[in-house]
Amino acid sequence: MRETLPENGKDDANNRSQPFDDAELARRRDALAASIGKQREKSALQAEKDRDGSDTGWGVAVKVSSEFIAGIAVGAILGYGFDSYFETSPWGLIVLLMLGFAAGVLNVLRSVGKVADRPKL
Amino acid sequence: MADDPISQFQISRLVPIEIGNLDFSFTNSSLFMVATVAAAGGFLFLTTANRGLVPGRMQSISEMSYEFIANMLREGAGTQGMRFFPLVFSLFMFVLVANLMGMVPYFFTVTSHIIVTFALAMLVIGTVIVYGFMKHGIGFLKLFVPHGVPPLIVPLVSAIEVISFLSRPISLSVRLFANMLAGHITLKVFAGFVTSMSALGALGVVGSILPLLMTIALTGLEFLVSFLQAYVFAVLTCMYLNDALHPGH
Repeated sequence: MRETLPENGKDDANNRSQPFDDAELARRRDALAASIGKQREKSALQAEKDRDGSDTGWGVAVKVSSEFIAGIAVGAILGYGFDSYFETSPWGLIVLLMLGFAAGVLNVLRSVGKVADRPKL
Repeated sequence: MADDPISQFQISRLVPIEIGNLDFSFTNSSLFMVATVAAAGGFLFLTTANRGLVPGRMQSISEMSYEFIANMLREGAGTQGMRFFPLVFSLFMFVLVANLMGMVPYFFTVTSHIIVTFALAMLVIGTVIVYGFMKHGIGFLKLFVPHGVPPLIVPLVSAIEVISFLSRPISLSVRLFANMLAGHITLKVFAGFVTSMSALGALGVVGSILPLLMTIALTGLEFLVSFLQAYVFAVLTCMYLNDALHPGH
């Protein structure tokens, strides 16, 4: 499919015999594309099946709790950092901890698929 | 080896190195990281060194892992995501091999330390941020402004979105680390029951069959978890990279 450079093209044209015409090549390409497409579809289905099997009780527990705790932890870290930088203690911690709590809840809802995944433009 | 379930996570200095006041010692953790990289790299290299058109058993394992990650990345982040294939594949192989090596008795589990998993997660999120800003410039920040929100509460929602975004590396690393840590502790506790019960005489020996069966079952479960966590880590990496590639979606 790649375009050959002019100087190479001359050599190639001399050396290469052309047993296939374009229609034959196009037909083969379509057949290959179709079979690759089928394969992709099959593996996508397989991946979906695997993912469903992965939701064991313990797995869900760790997933959801880590999402929730992470939100609060980031809020707390940001709040603490804000306070020690701008010397506004304790207001930054209070506000950002609450925002972190909200973010944690959002994370949990997102990870169990109860809200839309990511904002759309 | 000590009996308590925590000592298996102890870091010990093998080659003490100190530069300035910083401790750069080569620890048992470093040793197993090197071993992980060597095992994963060596396996992939050796199995594909004299490759045939019809793959042998070992070669098809390598090819399957390639296909597995390639498909995951295509689904998670689209065809454009394939430019991150080396990153995702390396991460997956590192986590998977580190988890599996941790299952060998007396071996150290690298991924049971949060600093290791956190460093891996920061690598992912750093890539997302750097690539996102490189590709979309300031437009990458649209990721934090949800569509269709009344202008009045946009600052509040954006702040929550930013915190939610920043919490990703933490939840990513905590998930991997907690699973490995908890699994290995449980395994050790039940295995400890076997020895302490059989020290109690004949009745104890008979009774110790129960925790022994439990240990066997847990070992199987742990192998599953080892693979599953590597898989989850890679899937989430793909998901986050998708945000860097298409912040509007």
